[in-house]
Amino acid sequence: MVSHPGQVVSASGVQGGRWVSIWSLLALTIAAGVSVPLLAVLSSFLTPAGDVWRHLWQTQLLELILNTLGLLIGVGVGTVLVGTGLAWLVVYYRFPGQTLFEWGLILPLAIPAYVLGFVCLGLFDFTGPLQTLLRGLLGAHLRLPTLRSYWGVTLMMTLVFYPYVYLLARAAFLGQGATALETARSLGRTPLRAFLVVTLPMARPALVAGGALAMMEALADVGTVATFGYRTLTEAIYRVWYGMFDRPAATQLASGLLGFALLLLLVERLSRGRARYIETYRRGTGVTPTRLHGWRAGLATGACLAVLGPGFLVPVGQLGVWTWRTVQAGQLAPTFGTLLGNTVYLATLATAGTCLLALVMAYASRLSVSPSVRWASQCATMGYALPGSVVAVGVLLPLAWLDHTIVAWLAARLGQSGSLLFTGSAAGLLFAYLVRFLAVSLQTVDASLTRISPSLDDAARSLGAGTGRVLRRIHLPLLRSGVLTALILVFVEVMKEMPATLLLRPFGLNTLAIEVWQRTADAMWQEAAAPALAIVGAGILPVLLAVRLSVRR
Amino acid sequence: MTVSPGLLSLEASATLTSSSWEDGVDSVLSMQQIGKSFQPGVPVLRDIALHVQSGQTVCLLGPSGCGKTTLLRLIAGFEMPDQGEIYLIKRLVSRPGLVVPPEQRHVGMVFQDYALFPHMTVSQNIQFGLFRWPLAWRRTRLAEMLRLVDLEAMARRYPHELSGGQQQRVALARALAPAPQLLLLDEPFSNLDVHLRQQLRAEVQSILAQAGITTILVTHDQEEALSLADMLAVMDQGALVQYATPDEVVRRPCTRFVAQFIGLGHFLRGELHDTWIRTELGSIPYAPALVSPMPGPQVDVLIRPEHVQLCSDHCGTPVQVVHTAFRGSRKLYTLRLASGTTFCALFAAEVVLRTGEAVRVTWQPSDLVVFASADSCVPPAHDRCPRSSTGRAAL
Repeated sequence: MVSHPGQVVSASGVQGGRWVSIWSLLALTIAAGVSVPLLAVLSSFLTPAGDVWRHLWQTQLLELILNTLGLLIGVGVGTVLVGTGLAWLVVYYRFPGQTLFEWGLILPLAIPAYVLGFVCLGLFDFTGPLQTLLRGLLGAHLRLPTLRSYWGVTLMMTLVFYPYVYLLARAAFLGQGATALETARSLGRTPLRAFLVVTLPMARPALVAGGALAMMEALADVGTVATFGYRTLTEAIYRVWYGMFDRPAATQLASGLLGFALLLLLVERLSRGRARYIETYRRGTGVTPTRLHGWRAGLATGACLAVLGPGFLVPVGQLGVWTWRTVQAGQLAPTFGTLLGNTVYLATLATAGTCLLALVMAYASRLSVSPSVRWASQCATMGYALPGSVVAVGVLLPLAWLDHTIVAWLAARLGQSGSLLFTGSAAGLLFAYLVRFLAVSLQTVDASLTRISPSLDDAARSLGAGTGRVLRRIHLPLLRSGVLTALILVFVEVMKEMPATLLLRPFGLNTLAIEVWQRTADAMWQEAAAPALAIVGAGILPVLLAVRLSVRR
Repeated sequence: MTVSPGLLSLEASATLTSSSWEDGVDSVLSMQQIGKSFQPGVPVLRDIALHVQSGQTVCLLGPSGCGKTTLLRLIAGFEMPDQGEIYLIKRLVSRPGLVVPPEQRHVGMVFQDYALFPHMTVSQNIQFGLFRWPLAWRRTRLAEMLRLVDLEAMARRYPHELSGGQQQRVALARALAPAPQLLLLDEPFSNLDVHLRQQLRAEVQSILAQAGITTILVTHDQEEALSLADMLAVMDQGALVQYATPDEVVRRPCTRFVAQFIGLGHFLRGELHDTWIRTELGSIPYAPALVSPMPGPQVDVLIRPEHVQLCSDHCGTPVQVVHTAFRGSRKLYTLRLASGTTFCALFAAEVVLRTGEAVRVTWQPSDLVVFASADSCVPPAHDRCPRSSTGRAAL
């Protein structure tokens, strides 16, 4: 007898489908929400601003574009070289200090570029300690090449942004295990060639992702280029906004900048290709590092020190000295505790939200084969490439409209007007953080999610686990280190974030970064040191946490 | 001597569809007209019908890329068929547009890479599918499973602390723990070395027998399939070409593909006469009454190495020794006829023949397998007998 259980099947069959579509729907909603500011910026193209464009073109547009391109290329090449090189040394070799450097090399991540910038300017000033010392030794006519140049800015940014590449490259090298490398060596390649033809290409997605992150940072930076007087598109937006109070023109420039961001994203996506890099869990042996001796060991240690010194040790030392002097002189602002509290509060909220959304997005694109979800997750990562100030504008325009609509509605209904719901509170600022930093967490979470073999999903499902349970029991535990990395990256990013905070903070809510900005704008290096040191210190805490967890693993 | 009933029928579907659909309703698994393609116009599976009886072990056997893993994933519910229906114990679980998700099928699966959860211990892995069971039952079942696969001492270990064979047994225990209706094994032995493979094959067989579970196993290794299967499903290019017992498949292959893929088969040219077939190795009698219409006088006759004997100078046909290889306790010789046709013969190890030596052989087939001559067909690629059918990992 053939039974007709069609009804029974359709109920459960649809349920399976519905789950997938709920995830897809969530992903699409998040992407839509995150795209609102971008659309707001793009829509500024519709507002005629011909005069501003003509003026910009006549005066500086070409120079701005070339400067920006140059900076991106310099920082991209610099961070990938430095980050990959250091990760290679630390993973494949043993040398004095290697275990310290392995986590120590992440530390520059805690230093915002603008902090390193002002510290170095202070150090290299004509009246600064270095030049004074050198003049004393070599004579009064000595002049050092100025740091306020293309090479200076590129160097500063490379020194602080290389950990993005380093972290991802190191994880990729460790994750590969030794098998691929040993296969290549058994086929007659030298260790170096094996590294170049096997390990590096296998790690390419990680390297390109890291490099893209660093370049997006460079594109978004305002503080450093402003302090160094290097004119870029982002910096011009800032000047037009504050100097000319011409918001339409600023948003025009911002939409032009979006082109650069899209280009970076395109490069990142294309280089990944259609290949799915799946790593089954390590069954073979891990990497066995080679011990270095003699001058080679010295060279390795020296290379790590040469990056970590100017990128972390020297600036932190100098900040310490300045802060000590400030405290000694009793000049520490009484509001310091409040500033610190505000900053940590905002960062915690933004980090939790961002990582939750990233998990949902990454999971949805794993579950769903539909191109719309893929597309949505790419949309959601664009905010990061935009400067904070532009995101702020994009957030401000729709939220202000929403606020005024609500107020008008309340006034009509209740006969009294309430306060501004979004623009008057930290909600707008948090939204801007989400838009801007979703990419950081999404890329990290997505990268570690693709490393989990799909047969684990299949196995769990054949054992009766639904999608939710697969996420809870299989993916989350396996993603722990990936999610943790994402949490740390976002937390530190939010603490450093300056321009969006400056624009969107509710009245009276000051953060450490704003304090630094206001002091350095007046070239008061010493007064900026205490809040800067606090940012750096808070940034180090999550880095240490990451170290502890990665050691335990 | 018997003559294959499927003789000369190059299309297997006739024999397959002869089993009525009503028979299939009592099966643990039955499917009809299953078709699947991932790219339009490139079918991976074509018109598959399969009925699996309770307690049977069925091997899906075929060369790489014949669609056997896809068929397994369709049964497990990871893929949706483009056409056809799949029933699990009378319940419709798959048809175009509707798929009961894998978590609701009660089908256990062991993956090629085992897919053990690296962050869970052996116990946690095995208990993963028992989350809806009461705690006391769960404990009992875990102990039972650990005993079944003999891993009681390893319960607290993590997968990466186990050997390949142990990992496989964990995967097996994990799949069996929720007492599935059907167990699917995807190339379960392909990650293991030959010694371990043979040992584990026996172990797995006894575990499956103890569990008394209906099993479908995918493999491209015929030796594995022949030793494990109650029923063999031979697949070629997305089609199921023969579904029968191993004995039947070896003795009465229904297509040339099956004849050559299973066992070491070679073809000899033959000429059809009234009651005999004349070949280079002498004339073979046959009963034309048992055979469906013969298309022409030219036929190909299957020759198996077991059926060739050495003989003295006065009888048989002269051949030349081309190659020798040990195969277990016997020797496999590749022999060449005067016409250049090669075939294989299995002799006792005491027989010592040098390469190039001329000997005489006779041929006594136990089952006559004859196909219409395919002049256009490319002759068998190897003119040497493979040393071992499972030589892939051994070499």
